[in-house]
Amino acid sequence: MAGRRHFLGGAAAITLMPFEAARATPESMAAAIQLVVKGVPIRDGRVILDVPPLVENGNTVPLSVLVESPMTDADYVRAIHVFNEKNPQPHVFDARLSPRNGKAFVATRIKLSDQQKVVAIAEMSDGTYWRASADVIVTLAACLEDII
Amino acid sequence: MKRAALALVAVFAASFALAQGVKDERRSGYHDMGPALQKMQDDDSSNPGMLFVQKGAGLWRTPAGAAGKSCADCHAEGSMKGVAARYPAIPSGGQAPVDLEGRIDLCRTENQKADRFAPESDDLLALTAYVAQQSRGLPVSPPADPKLALFRAEGEALYRLRQGQLNLSCAICHDDNAGKKLAGIAIPQAHPTGYPIYRLEWQTLGSLKRRLRNCLVGIRAEPYAWESPQYVALELYLMERARGMTMEGIGVRP
Amino acid sequence: MANVLINAPKTAKKGELIEIKALVLHQMETGFRAGTNGRIIPRNIIERFTASWNGKELLDMTMSSAIAANPFVSFFAVASESGRIVMRWTGDNGFQVEESVAIAVE
Repeated sequence: MAGRRHFLGGAAAITLMPFEAARATPESMAAAIQLVVKGVPIRDGRVILDVPPLVENGNTVPLSVLVESPMTDADYVRAIHVFNEKNPQPHVFDARLSPRNGKAFVATRIKLSDQQKVVAIAEMSDGTYWRASADVIVTLAACLEDII
Repeated sequence: MKRAALALVAVFAASFALAQGVKDERRSGYHDMGPALQKMQDDDSSNPGMLFVQKGAGLWRTPAGAAGKSCADCHAEGSMKGVAARYPAIPSGGQAPVDLEGRIDLCRTENQKADRFAPESDDLLALTAYVAQQSRGLPVSPPADPKLALFRAEGEALYRLRQGQLNLSCAICHDDNAGKKLAGIAIPQAHPTGYPIYRLEWQTLGSLKRRLRNCLVGIRAEPYAWESPQYVALELYLMERARGMTMEGIGVRP
Repeated sequence: MANVLINAPKTAKKGELIEIKALVLHQMETGFRAGTNGRIIPRNIIERFTASWNGKELLDMTMSSAIAANPFVSFFAVASESGRIVMRWTGDNGFQVEESVAIAVE
């Protein structure tokens, strides 16, 4: 999966940066998305991004991505990529799938630092890219309370 | 002593009124959460607290201490059903109540001849979670031990005491203002029905003591020492206040 | 031995769609958080989760700092043949955990 090496390199570069500078922006999210789609136009639809619109605590936000696809050898979802626009870095996860999954679905829990947009991109076996996005309001930003 | 008697009367009166069919206004913090978090708590395959229950199950069977005994050597599988629902309690031969963590530590030192667990340590939390999980679905059932009355009254006094730089008492938020928002989150009624909880703010499992300490720091009061009997007294009162409510196993909270 | 919780059916019919859920204990320290001394706490996360059915890949997931602590993953698989579903987590500081479950397919 070509996207991964770029992503890991990017993540390392960002963790070396000073703390104050670590912040994704809509522009850096767009750039991270372009590293994956490489200029191929992204279409809206077929992707169902399920994330609560209002979240009590940004530390653990349930998120799932479901892509409409027959998941046959001829037509399946190759990968799901999820991005964010306000965390310290723009990636959330990348998941490689195949017809063996039967259903193009991944659910996990993510961290969201602030009210922001989350974007899910599905990479299809025919080379097309499809997108869904969701705006999430975070009541309590992902911050941790230490044992006192 | 008179204050304790009055407190007992008040508690019995409340229970009596409830028994008469007065609508029970009590609600667990579970109902203050959105559906996504409720689902996280309800589903054992996705509740992160279950990782600790699993760890606790393993520790239960592991021999420890100079006596080389495991919990399972004395306590059969499933024998902890109902225990968490009736703690804090006074251990046999003891003078003062202990909470569940304190009871586990007593077994460690007296029966297994091992060292106490450090407060809030992973192993202690795992064992507490394993025990608490076995009371899921059961009603909160504080024991009818008259010796507890004095300690319970102390707990209620602490609950109503204004403390800290913000000069707030537990009652001001959790009785008078429960349901209203504080920093965007609904103030719960503070019933300890889901402890130990997986708190998202902690990103891990934690005890009622940890939560109470957070509250004390929140109102800018000096938190009592970890071993302080005041936490047990408070829990004793809170469990009586929650009498009859359903134990939730491992709660998930924001 | 790390703490893992896997939820998958023990039996399935060939061709049936089954859901697999996995939880792993890991603090997922993001590397963006300052400790009480003001210094950044170094990153310590799980970077990759893979699942395979009798050696055939089911999921290859790259995780970032944006994945919540004690990572949870849920995905689907078409029941193919009896055998083992193997799950593997790898990450910073040499973190490596492997757990598997048996499944009987008729």
